Amino acid sequence: MAHGTAAVAKIDSPRSPYVRRRTTRGNYELYSWVFMRASGVVLLVLIFGHLFVNLMVGEGVHAIDFAFVAGKWANPMWQVWDLLMLWLAMIHGTNGVRTIINDYATRDVTRGVLKGLLYLAFIVVVVLGTLVIFTFEACPPDAPAELLASFCTA
Amino acid sequence: MPTAPAGTLYRGREGMWSWVAHRVTGVLIFFFLLVHVLDTALVRVSPEAYNAAIGTYQTPIMGLGEAGLVAAIVFHAFNGIRILLVDFWAKGPKYQKTMLWVVVGLFVVTMAGFLPRHLINVFTGGH
Repeated sequence: MAHGTAAVAKIDSPRSPYVRRRTTRGNYELYSWVFMRASGVVLLVLIFGHLFVNLMVGEGVHAIDFAFVAGKWANPMWQVWDLLMLWLAMIHGTNGVRTIINDYATRDVTRGVLKGLLYLAFIVVVVLGTLVIFTFEACPPDAPAELLASFCTA
Repeated sequence: MPTAPAGTLYRGREGMWSWVAHRVTGVLIFFFLLVHVLDTALVRVSPEAYNAAIGTYQTPIMGLGEAGLVAAIVFHAFNGIRILLVDFWAKGPKYQKTMLWVVVGLFVVTMAGFLPRHLINVFTGGH
């Protein structure tokens, strides 16, 4: 393909200075690489804190119920904590799985379908999770009082 | 028929296996995360629905699953710090094998702190 007269005509003249080939791609993969490292450090703190408070303190996993969640989200700090954790973990995880799909799915169609499903899951989970954090009702009026946090009846 | 790619550079040993483990734990954590956001979203349905879902997390079998999940997260977190050091610390690549054993050591210490507490909660706690 590269033989033929057209290719011959394109040969640079001798001693012409080296010209770096200009890339037509953006810096997307560079930013993604930086993001994985920056978000990873933040996620280490957020997730270790999450696991400590939910699994280590008090009765651990047995203490978790609706009232426990209501108690946590009554504090804006835990709302911000969980929102940040949701977004960073979903972007970090989606980008990681994107890398793995790119590495192993060699057929264009397979790769496209897998990444389509991945991005769909990303949007559904991030939108749903964000809505839940912002529209959560700690004391739903029709719920039995013994299932609710103590501040609902006080 | 497409053929398997030739001339890949899987070198074995610490560098490759930590990379494999990082991918495997990462994928596991990601799929748990998808499920975990969905189960937490049940707080928006009703207290009963959420308590029923979270109740299944409090059974012994799921308790062992949580231990495995925490193990995956702890390895992924510490090995992630190792990756940062390999990338940004001038001597990181030289010490990458040593750092993997440091990661394994910190993993054992962290799990030794977590596992007894969690397993006691799982097998003797509850209402």
